[in-house]
Amino acid sequence: MLGRLRRSRLALIGLAIVGLTALVGLVAPLFVTADPVAMDFTALLKGPSRAHPLGTDQFGRDVLARLVWGARLSVGIGAVAVALALLVGVPIGALSGYAGGAIDNVLMRCMDALLAFPALLLALGLVAIMGPGSTSTTLAIGIVYTPGVARLTRGVVLAERPQEYVQAAHALGQRDRWVLMRHIMPNCVSALLVQASVNFANAMVIEAGLSFLGIGTPPPTPSWGLMLNEARAYMSSAAHVAIAPGVAISLAVLGWNLLGDGLRDALDPRLTE
Amino acid sequence: MTAGVATYLGGRLLGAIPMLFLMSLVVFAIVYMIPGDPIDAMLGQDAEQSAREALRTELGLDQPLWRQYVGWLGRVAQGDLGRSLRAQQPVRDLIVEKLPATLLLTTSAALIALLIAFPAGVVAAVKRNTVVDLLAMVGALLGVSIPSFWSGIMLILIFALTLGWLPAIGYVRLTTDPVAALRHLILPAVTLGSVMAGSVTRQVRAQMLQELGRDYVRTARSKGLRERGVVVRHALRNSLIPAVTVLGVQFSVLIGGAVITEQIFAWPGIGQLAVNAIVNRDYPVLQGVILTVALLVTLVNLTVDALYVVLDPRLRLS
Repeated sequence: MLGRLRRSRLALIGLAIVGLTALVGLVAPLFVTADPVAMDFTALLKGPSRAHPLGTDQFGRDVLARLVWGARLSVGIGAVAVALALLVGVPIGALSGYAGGAIDNVLMRCMDALLAFPALLLALGLVAIMGPGSTSTTLAIGIVYTPGVARLTRGVVLAERPQEYVQAAHALGQRDRWVLMRHIMPNCVSALLVQASVNFANAMVIEAGLSFLGIGTPPPTPSWGLMLNEARAYMSSAAHVAIAPGVAISLAVLGWNLLGDGLRDALDPRLTE
Repeated sequence: MTAGVATYLGGRLLGAIPMLFLMSLVVFAIVYMIPGDPIDAMLGQDAEQSAREALRTELGLDQPLWRQYVGWLGRVAQGDLGRSLRAQQPVRDLIVEKLPATLLLTTSAALIALLIAFPAGVVAAVKRNTVVDLLAMVGALLGVSIPSFWSGIMLILIFALTLGWLPAIGYVRLTTDPVAALRHLILPAVTLGSVMAGSVTRQVRAQMLQELGRDYVRTARSKGLRERGVVVRHALRNSLIPAVTVLGVQFSVLIGGAVITEQIFAWPGIGQLAVNAIVNRDYPVLQGVILTVALLVTLVNLTVDALYVVLDPRLRLS
């Protein structure tokens, strides 16, 4: 799998972008010394300069500093939300697919009910319940992507269950739980990896979208969506404040999408024939 | 329509009932799961006692939870979505007033997306591994990856603020002034449609590649049919069927995306209604919008299912 992934140039570009955003998010404070929330009213909406490589915003805050701190927020929320969706969705899907019958029916109807709502609107409703903020945004995005993960896991489990190796394991007297965990679940990994990287891209978009709407991350915390929202009022005089966060989010999302494509090609050789 | 189709669709409709029930629970929970006292959340803590009690009675919060749900569901089934706390008018009236703008935006976006995606996807598949294919795929990937809240802002910056060709924001009714209405529609529709255009292009290309590799295409070619006929009459026609199923999913994505697009372009649709409802803590309105959208999405999915069975005769037998 790694060999095939390595041969795909696009996937490598994706991996590089993803790695870069994660790295920027992790080590941001070491390299950017400017304070992302410090205001300077003598330098409002200034273009790029030596002191501020990407210029300043309407409060004289350093755009570059806000951008790299925004990466930390975006990657952090994406990672936790995707992990949350996996943590809840995989057991639900596995149980549903393995147990079948009434359990399967009830669990999957619940997942379908959640899937019927547009992702952004469901996240919006959930944030409304929990109150705005980064924690509720993360939770909301995690919940939004849980049904997809559950459905995918269930699909793989359903496909593997009638296979001979599963029957053989049963015939050997192995217990259900062991068969499921030890034999069936490893088959889900590749499909889940692809799904997780696409979900990561979408989670970043939803986080930025909620912040853009003013109900995600509250100001003055640097979030890419919030920066874009604030930049709208000034974009005719200072376009750089609207361009920098937009490029950042688009690039990060592009990276995860490329990685997802590359993983899909590498893991499913039928598609690359 | 044959009996097989009717039975299939009947089964699908019945299957949708438990899902609608669960969806109603989710929407119901939006008001009743707010931590603490929903009255505090809606009116603020220093509202007068009489107003608090009145709202409590109006929302039925003084009754047991199951009873509140049954009562709410009964009213919803009759089309009563409650009253807006801010606008002091029925939620249904607000939604009916704003829905046309959203539907205009989403259908225009879908139309633009399909007009771009089908030619691009087909050409990319036919000219596989050429510069044309690469350009189409890079364009599609950018469409999928650039979030609408940035592409919208950039479109305003370029076409409205810099070039001055189109109005930056606002909405004009088609019946008031068709030309102005269309000019206001272009930027939001392109913004909303670009993500869909990207993902549908990718799907059409993948589908076409699959069909072009099949035996019947080779047969058609070896019969001496012209390439154009092979592509359009054979491969494209068979690619259309799976493409239809995508439309259901895309509608859900579009109407979710409309929330953001409407905010960027000051487009007075139900997405804007939902965002304002959150800001104003007008929970009955938020509930009403989410319920309406979920019903619309379910309806579109059922229609797509029906269309799928009608288009693909094989499904009628199984």
